[in-house]
Amino acid sequence: MRRIYLDNNATTPVLPEVLEAMRPYFGEHFGNASSIHHHGQETRAAVERARDLVASLLGCRPAEIVFTSGGTESDNLAIAGLTSAGDHVITSCIEHHAVLNACKHLEDKGCEVTYVPVDGRGLVDPGDVRRALRPKTRLISIMMANNETGVLQPAEEIGKIAGEADVHFHIDGVQAAGKVAIDVKRIGCQALSISGHKMHAPQGVGALYVRAGTQLQPLFYGGRHERSRRAGTENVPGIVALGKAAELAMHGFERGDDKKISALRDRLQQGILAQIEAAGVNGDGAPRVPNTSNIYFDHVEGESMVISLDLKGMAVSTGAACSSGAIEPSHVLIAMGLRRDRARASIRFSLGKQNTADDIDLALALVPETIMRLRELSPGYTKTAVSS
Amino acid sequence: MPKLETIAVAMSGGVDSSTVAAMLRAEGHNVIGLTMQLWNQRRLAGHEGMPETVTGRCCSLDDVYDARRVAEHIGIPYYVVNHEERFERDVVRPFVAEYLSGRTPIPCSLCNNHLKFDQLLVVAQQIGADCVATGHYARVEFDDARGRWMLKRPTDRSKDQTYFLFGLTQEQLSRTLFPLGEMTKPEVRELARKQGLALAEKPDSQEICFVPGGDYKRFIDAYLAERGEALPDTAGELVTASGEVIGGHSGIHNFTVGQRKGLGVATGSPLYVIQINGADKQVIVGDSEHLYSRTLRARRVNLIAIDDLREPMRVSVKIRHRHEPAAAVLEKTGGDEVLVTFDEPQRAITPGQAAVFYDADMVVGGAWIV
Repeated sequence: MRRIYLDNNATTPVLPEVLEAMRPYFGEHFGNASSIHHHGQETRAAVERARDLVASLLGCRPAEIVFTSGGTESDNLAIAGLTSAGDHVITSCIEHHAVLNACKHLEDKGCEVTYVPVDGRGLVDPGDVRRALRPKTRLISIMMANNETGVLQPAEEIGKIAGEADVHFHIDGVQAAGKVAIDVKRIGCQALSISGHKMHAPQGVGALYVRAGTQLQPLFYGGRHERSRRAGTENVPGIVALGKAAELAMHGFERGDDKKISALRDRLQQGILAQIEAAGVNGDGAPRVPNTSNIYFDHVEGESMVISLDLKGMAVSTGAACSSGAIEPSHVLIAMGLRRDRARASIRFSLGKQNTADDIDLALALVPETIMRLRELSPGYTKTAVSS
Repeated sequence: MPKLETIAVAMSGGVDSSTVAAMLRAEGHNVIGLTMQLWNQRRLAGHEGMPETVTGRCCSLDDVYDARRVAEHIGIPYYVVNHEERFERDVVRPFVAEYLSGRTPIPCSLCNNHLKFDQLLVVAQQIGADCVATGHYARVEFDDARGRWMLKRPTDRSKDQTYFLFGLTQEQLSRTLFPLGEMTKPEVRELARKQGLALAEKPDSQEICFVPGGDYKRFIDAYLAERGEALPDTAGELVTASGEVIGGHSGIHNFTVGQRKGLGVATGSPLYVIQINGADKQVIVGDSEHLYSRTLRARRVNLIAIDDLREPMRVSVKIRHRHEPAAAVLEKTGGDEVLVTFDEPQRAITPGQAAVFYDADMVVGGAWIV
């Protein structure tokens, strides 16, 4: 069976160039980057080259990059590392659970947290962030791009508000890195999280930008790795891969890969909407990353849709998987004001650099056929005339 | 060689349903494994009287893990489907309401009627499966003469689960497979071993899947507390069969017909709960002999072997899961009510339980005792 993978916001395949770049660091270049001998020097140099590349991607200095195990660790390091008991924190209700649950934990530890809402398009209103400020506000943590809808938040405006209030600003940039250009100086943030496997590097590596001069409490205690900001022997192959993925992302922006992906995404989205009635884009009208389209199909159970498509070889997703793997209605779509049944009827399509026009053609054949069949089995559905 | 079909198997992570999946796969069918996520076991964890952690229970992560490993081992696609909202609405809330009204509910039958053979069949159909197979011990077959789908008791009488399946409709039965109907439990375990299933020795589950430790009273307290609802005051009088008030009780939901312990009164001869009067919040107590009755009425009738009950019929009736069917006459007394008259008086006929009617191996139908 030919398989099409359109779930790149969950994870991306490691690109061949990235795999090639990291491969020697499992074998011949195996040294511990902290060792003083030749082997250590080799891997230290590789780690620092990777740091340069990641810093270029984000527009910062290499010393401002801390390598971590991934997006969740980066988010936790920023949130726990920039606050202490008694502080007030502002975040949004559409954040990833890595941020939401880190904030919930802060509440248990004696912090207060304000969760600002979003509008029907999935956008945070910077005015809400400004109005939530209190004398004790220490940190604002807002994502750059939402993982489910791809909606880009007004990061620069929020950065300005944070700067004027002299409050730390952390951005969860996991779903933005590699998809849109990021410049931490323009945003004016103190911290920004990225994850390797969302940008064609492997799972298990990520980074946190921390602006020079920012006091950050570490999560782990151990050796003085990463300038004492993240103890633990470096994941050298992963870090090398992240550096390579950052380099490829920058080349991609120069070549216009993002425009190519958005053209494919738009063709998919328009093709689906042209063929299927009672469907629409969640987050329509808001700026979005080029690869994501979250579409509701009324009278369809998203779960059955995802399973049906998977059995035909097409990978997409719906909602958020809970620990058993069952699907819960998306907190993001609910926060946008979608009815629960519409939230459950929503499917996320997310493209990656490996996707081709053929993938989209096949998707445009499979999706309408599957939706039609599911609707025929749905008691609430009656076909209405579609104006052509 | 049987006709090859696309079959969704309801996998609980136990030996029975895992073996069903392995059997059907070995026969060459296109098998899809489905586990229903029905209840979040962590939801009430930490509430007063509830365990902090739950393991080895229905819908627990351990069971999903086991089911997933089986699916991977036999090489079938596997999915967990979320039916928590429906389960709470159609099983948990009625379960709580029944107890608070003085009845003794059977959540497993509700789950079969509203989830396993309803929602799961819908999902199965949506994802392109022809039918659903489960690990229940029962048999289903089409009777050409009657033109009806029949539900029958399994070969292994000690595992008979037909009591919980009486509510299945013809449509549901037509799309259901019970591949274990002619096997004994030891045979199933042996087959599981032969198929190399790591869980071949896993113990059977016993209690109600969402009630930890079987303590339904604590469950009701914790559930209502979590929802911010007050436990209704169901306390009242303890009354004898002749109408004499001999004390008070803590709440009708703490009692079940036939219960002897925990009445809080000391008398010469043993006292039993013989009736619970929900409207007056009275618990009626009496001697052992008061527990016996020759008749029962039951409503919300579902007939399987016949399309209507036109005249009185001799059947055997089972009034609780662990009850040997007793000879009786079944007759219709209203649009949706039947009267069962036993040849011999039966002990502790309990409102809220099901009365299931058998003709030898065949399930004629069933209804809810009122």
